[in-house]
Order: sequence, then C-alpha cells, then structure tokens
Amino acid sequence: MAAALINVPKKAKRGDVIEIKTLISHIMETGYRRTAEGKAIPRDIITNFTCRYNGEEIFRADLFPATAANPFISFFTIATESGKFDFEWIGDNGFSATASATISVE
Amino acid sequence: MRSSKASTRRHFLTLAGGAATIGAIPVVSLRPAGATPESMAAAIRNVVGTATVQTGRVKLDIPPLVENGNTVPMTVSVTSPMTSSDYVKSIHVFNEKNPQPNLGNFYLTPRAGRAQVSTRIRLADTQKITAIARLSDGSLWSVSTEVVVTLAACTEDVI
Repeated sequence: MAAALINVPKKAKRGDVIEIKTLISHIMETGYRRTAEGKAIPRDIITNFTCRYNGEEIFRADLFPATAANPFISFFTIATESGKFDFEWIGDNGFSATASATISVE
Repeated sequence: MRSSKASTRRHFLTLAGGAATIGAIPVVSLRPAGATPESMAAAIRNVVGTATVQTGRVKLDIPPLVENGNTVPMTVSVTSPMTSSDYVKSIHVFNEKNPQPNLGNFYLTPRAGRAQVSTRIRLADTQKITAIARLSDGSLWSVSTEVVVTLAACTEDVI
C-alpha cells in the first residue's frame, strides 16, 4: 500500500554505531486545511513509528500533523548482532505499514 | 421615484454589508485557534510536570531562515554517553505558533549508541522551537531556537 524506503548498512562491525534512515510515502493531511469551498479536510496522519532490532524495541516516535508529508525519520543504534530490523508505522483511518531490513554483524 | 432610488441604495448597502459579513466569516475561521506560547508551555508541562528544566546539553539543528515551511529538516542531538546507566530516555520537540504545539516525541534506549534524531517538520509561522530531553536519571535539559519562516505550512490552501 504505502511505499517505504529504508536505509540500513548491509554490514557492520560489532559495536559500531550505525545510522538508520526511514522514509514512507504518506500525505500527512494536517486536518487544519480547507478546500476552496471552505470544507475542512479531515486529518489523516501517521501517529506512531516503531523500530525493533531482532524483536526488541530500540526506537519509537510519536508523530503529529506538524510532521512533513512523507515522514522521514533517522536515528542511531549499536550493531550488536546479525539479524533483522522491523519497522512499523501506524496512523489514522486504520493505516498500518511495515518494512524490514537485514544486517550482518561481524 | 425618489423613494425607490433610496431603497435601491439601501438594498445595495444591505447586500454589500451582507457580502462583507460573509467574507469576514471565512477570514475569521481561516485562523485556527493555534498554538500560542501559553499552549506550548501547557504542552511542555504535560510532558515534564513540575520538574525543573535546565538549559544545555541539547542541540537543535534547524535552518534559521526557512523559505518553505512545508518541509523543514530538523536534527536534535543530546550530549550523553548512552550507557545502560546514563542515557537519554526521550526527546520532545515543541513549537509556539503551529495549529498545535507538538512537533514530535522520540523515545530512545541505551542501544541507540548516539542520542540523535532527524526528521522533517512543518512550520506555520516564524516562531520559537524548543527541544527537551529526558535523561535516565530524571533530569530534563532543553534548548530553544528562533526560526524565520517565509512560506507557512499547515493551513495553506485555505484562501
């Protein structure tokens, strides 16, 4: 449904601090805009973002209408072991999207 | 004939007044109540409670002059060793003049390694941005910065 772009290094040394960048396509309608006829456009945003590293939550964010369209979030983590990152976005109107990325740690 | 002229004029004035009133209503509703310095203070109190917030340790990277408020890159970093006994628990960012005072809440763990988060935000006006970090020892640190915005976001397309 929604296209997500994830940037995680494929390989890392154990103990390295790595940057994770995420981008998801979403309109992030603020709910404060109106059409030309003066009708309020209802809010439609992503409200929560979570990142899990081999099942353990390492990062979480609450988003608001003040987040720009196509939310971009980048953060850091320590490469501890090879495995999988799971990303999840949850939003208004039952919006839900997931993505994942793998990393090999030497 | 004279009276009909007067009535035409009155009629015209009534119409004009009516049109002005109709015109005025959207103008008023165009400006949502909006976040104010007071509502930002209230939003900050919701997060920090009555604890004292110290200044420092937090760095807020945001362009001082923004042409387009629809997408403003923002990076918040906190000086912290990020060990299991001393780390940043959360970072909260607030604004003064958007329709609502929150910009984002970010929750970190010691596994972050570096207390730094980047995202892109919307800014509806020239205003002050405040970032507050909550550390694992319960202390709170903040930084504020002024941003000048030339094209506002959030409520555009309303006219």
